[in-house]
Amino acid sequence: MPDVDLGSTPLRELNAALHRLHPDTNERHWLIDHPAGRHAIAAGLNAPITVEINGPVGYYCAGMNQLATVLVHGSAGVGVAENMMSGFVHVSGDASQSAGATGRGGLLRIDGNASSRCGISMKGIDIVVRGSVGHMSAFMAQAGNLVVFGDAGDSLGDSIYEARLFVRGQVKSLGADCIEKEMRDAHKRALHGVLERAGFNGEVDASEFRRYGSARKLYNFHVDNAGDY
Amino acid sequence: MCGIVGLFIKDPSLEPELGRLTAAMLATLSDRGPDSAGFAVYGAGKAGETKLTLRAATPEAMTETAKRISHAFEDAVATAHDTHAVVSLPDDAVPELIAWLARELPEIEVVGRGRRMEVYKEVGRPDTVAARFDLAAMTGTHAIGHTRMATESAVTTDGAHPYSTGGDQCLVHNGSLSNHNNLRRVLAREGFKFETENDTEVAAGYLSWKMREGLSLDDALKVSLDDLDGFYTFVVGTENGFGVLRDGIACKPAIMAETDRYVAFGSEYRALAGLPGIEHSRIWEPEPATVYFWER
Repeated sequence: MPDVDLGSTPLRELNAALHRLHPDTNERHWLIDHPAGRHAIAAGLNAPITVEINGPVGYYCAGMNQLATVLVHGSAGVGVAENMMSGFVHVSGDASQSAGATGRGGLLRIDGNASSRCGISMKGIDIVVRGSVGHMSAFMAQAGNLVVFGDAGDSLGDSIYEARLFVRGQVKSLGADCIEKEMRDAHKRALHGVLERAGFNGEVDASEFRRYGSARKLYNFHVDNAGDY
Repeated sequence: MCGIVGLFIKDPSLEPELGRLTAAMLATLSDRGPDSAGFAVYGAGKAGETKLTLRAATPEAMTETAKRISHAFEDAVATAHDTHAVVSLPDDAVPELIAWLARELPEIEVVGRGRRMEVYKEVGRPDTVAARFDLAAMTGTHAIGHTRMATESAVTTDGAHPYSTGGDQCLVHNGSLSNHNNLRRVLAREGFKFETENDTEVAAGYLSWKMREGLSLDDALKVSLDDLDGFYTFVVGTENGFGVLRDGIACKPAIMAETDRYVAFGSEYRALAGLPGIEHSRIWEPEPATVYFWER
């Protein structure tokens, strides 16, 4: 099992080694120590490996991830798992702004809080936040699920397209064109599936969540909505 | 981009480390702001005495200036640090010294004034700037610092932060203000003079104006949310503490850590990573449009 100390190994060297891995590599479990908030750790992975990072990471950790499992034992800076395509990213602490931004697939689980713009422009990723999310979360969200166990800040789901938002706690305010929607059995089943994939097997009751989504009034320009743009 | 840092010490046994820790925080944020750097350090002060921080174009000019001040004012103690000097003198002698400087050495700038605050800033990489002034050897209760990537005005020492907003008060800023030209005109009518085209100097002037009108720093920061347009994270130093404010959108990054021994602010976690006991600290992001303040 490769064990890389970023206190002594240059970050570019680590990322280059991870990028060189073939899908059938035998080096399937990597340990990384002393990340000290460095940026872009384990970004751009494209192999079914597991990377465990012991400590807080900086910007864009696990960005563009495909296939890999990235476990951060600590907090994450701006844009963790941004533009993720597939795979699983798990942050045990808090995440800063724009967690999971523009993600197209895979699952991002955050055990602490995520700050503003969590899931901004998400395009198919599933994001599960055990704590709360900050303002402007799911801004222009297009597809995927954002699940929040705690509260959501101002303007949740502003200018949202077709992503599904599930919040168990309070929503401070909804953004333009975002409305609460009925939580039907099909949604509960879908949410249960997301929770199960995030590792919350039976611990959380899907019926405790409320569902939010697009009113679909801003899709086409209408002069009466001019003030909402 | 720019980087800002702040360190407020709660445990007096850590005070001798203030300069060393702040220098390391600034050096880490060199790549957020390689153009210039500056910092304010709150060290020892004496009742009845004022510290003026002066800045000259060259170290030689400052050595000469310090000599002339010591010669002309027998109560004043002038200590030169590279291009800067700290002059300690009785409060009532301050107007006389400032008038004398304007007359005899108009090229010398007063960059800070207060009981405890000393302000240093220069063009260059932050680690180089910190080394020039030997920040690592400085001691005190708190410090704030800035690494600048210039966007709104030229790379000059005048454009380097911190900007002093009044006695023992100064401001560092990450972001850009979009209504600073208009606000500068308003403040000019109120009698404020500006040395630069810099947006942060306007923000500093704005806070000074509000406090001149009777608001506390806390309240001045609160009303600034209505009057300042743009993206900003401010860290403000005062004689006894420091404050933090982010605009309502909170685009500019900010992270804080608190332990029993200190409260620290950084644009990024990286800046805090070397602080003692950081792994057991409480770490959080300051909320938008919320004023935070620590005093001791």
